[in-house]
Amino acid sequence: MKAFKYLSPKSVEEAIAFHGRHSETSRFIGGGTDVIVKLKEGWMEPDFLISLKKIKEMGELSKNNATGELSIGAMVTHATLEKSIMIQKEYPIIYDAVSNIGSLQVRNVGTIGGNLINAVPSADGAIPLIALDGVALLHGPDGERSASVKDLFIKPYKTILKPGEILKKITIPPQEPYTGSAYIKFGRRAAMELPLVGIGVLLTLDHARKICKKARICLGVAAPVPMRAFDAEKFLAGKEINEETLVKAGRIAADESKVRDSVRGKAWHRKEMIRVQVKRMGQKCLELIRNNN
Amino acid sequence: MATNISFILNGDEISYEVKDHWTLLHLLREKMGLIGTKEGCGNGECGACTVIVDKLAINSCLYLAVEADGKTIETIEGLASSDGTLHPVQQSFVDNGGIQCGFCSPGMIMSSKALLDENPGADYEQIKHALAGNICRCTGYVQILESVEAARDMGGQK
Repeated sequence: MKAFKYLSPKSVEEAIAFHGRHSETSRFIGGGTDVIVKLKEGWMEPDFLISLKKIKEMGELSKNNATGELSIGAMVTHATLEKSIMIQKEYPIIYDAVSNIGSLQVRNVGTIGGNLINAVPSADGAIPLIALDGVALLHGPDGERSASVKDLFIKPYKTILKPGEILKKITIPPQEPYTGSAYIKFGRRAAMELPLVGIGVLLTLDHARKICKKARICLGVAAPVPMRAFDAEKFLAGKEINEETLVKAGRIAADESKVRDSVRGKAWHRKEMIRVQVKRMGQKCLELIRNNN
Repeated sequence: MATNISFILNGDEISYEVKDHWTLLHLLREKMGLIGTKEGCGNGECGACTVIVDKLAINSCLYLAVEADGKTIETIEGLASSDGTLHPVQQSFVDNGGIQCGFCSPGMIMSSKALLDENPGADYEQIKHALAGNICRCTGYVQILESVEAARDMGGQK
C-alpha cells in the first residue's frame, strides 16, 4: 500500500475543508472495508485519507418519535442496524438486507453510507432505503442538498456526489400503519457473496388490511443501478393483495427488470428468481402486517 | 505520515508510533511479532486475521493501525492464561476436533469468543451467522461449529 497521511476531522465542515485543500490527492474513508481493498490493489492512491469516523453526528441512529422520521447517519455500521431492536421491529426490510452484507467482521466496521457511495449494482443496503422512500442528505463545498436514495446512482460505481461532497445521513419518512416490508438477498453462499438478485418489497394496506394503498418493489442487480419496478407497483396499487395479484406483480417486475448474463448468473435465472421472490416477499409483508397491527 | 497511538492489547497498555498506511494486521504480525493472527486473503474474504476491537470481531487486514488508537484489542495470544491454561473456546476446539491444519483457527476462535462474550447462549444458527465470514479450507466446519456449541455449553466466556 502506498503511504498516505491519515486525517481525522471532527466535523463535516472540517472534512470538506481538508478535501478542499488537497482535492486532487485526497479521498474520504468511512469504515474502510471497501476503500482499504482499493488502496491495497492500487486502484486508489491518495496522499491524504480523510476519515469520517470521528464525526459524531454521522454515527448517530435515531428516530424522532414526534414526527416518526428515522435518521441514519452515513457512518452507522451495518452491525449497529442489524442489532437495533427498533430496526428489527419497525424496519424489517433494513434488517433483512444489512444482516447479510459481507460477514460479521465486515458489518462491524462497514457503514451504510459507504455501501451506498460504493454504488455497486448489487448494493444490498440501497434496496431497503429506496423501498422506504429514503432521502440522502449531502454536504459539500457549496452547502447542503438532498436527493432521494433512488436518484443517488448514475451508473455502476458512480453516484451524483460531486468532488468533496459527503453523504451525511439518510432519513426515512414516517411509515403509514399497516405497512410490511421484506428483502431477500438471493445468492449461493451466505457470507461474502454478492447477490444474484436482491428483491425488496414494501406494502401498505388499508384499514381492512385488504386493499393495497402503496407498493414498493425494488430490485438489485436487475439493472446497472438499483431499480424500482414501477409497472408492478402500479399494478398492485388499489388492488386486493392476494396470491393471484402477487403472482402477477412478480411476473410484471421480472419483465420490466433489465437483468443480464454475468459470471454470477444468467439473465433468465435472475428473471425467474425475481418473479418468484417478489411474490414471496409480498406474502412476507402480508404476514408482518397481520402479526403487527 | 506517522502517528503515535495508544491502545490496550491483551490487557497491556501499548504506545506505538505507526505509519498511517499500516494495517492493524501488519502492526501485530510484522512489527510486534504477534504471528498468531494469520493473513489469508488480505481482502476481508476469509476471516483468518480476525481480532476483537472493543468487543467486536473485525478483519485486521482491513483495519488501519492508526484507527486502533484508544481501543481495546484482543488477539489469539491473549486468550490462554499465563500458566498456559487454554481459554474454554480454545480447549473446546482441541477437544472437539475443531482444528485440522490450524491456519483458520485463530480467526475462528476469535470470532467465536466475540460471539459468546456478547451472547453466551447463542444457538446453532447464530453461531453459523457469526462464523460465516471465516473460511476453513480443511472443510472442518461441522467440528468447528460443534466446538463452539460445546464451549457455549460449558460456559464459554472467561
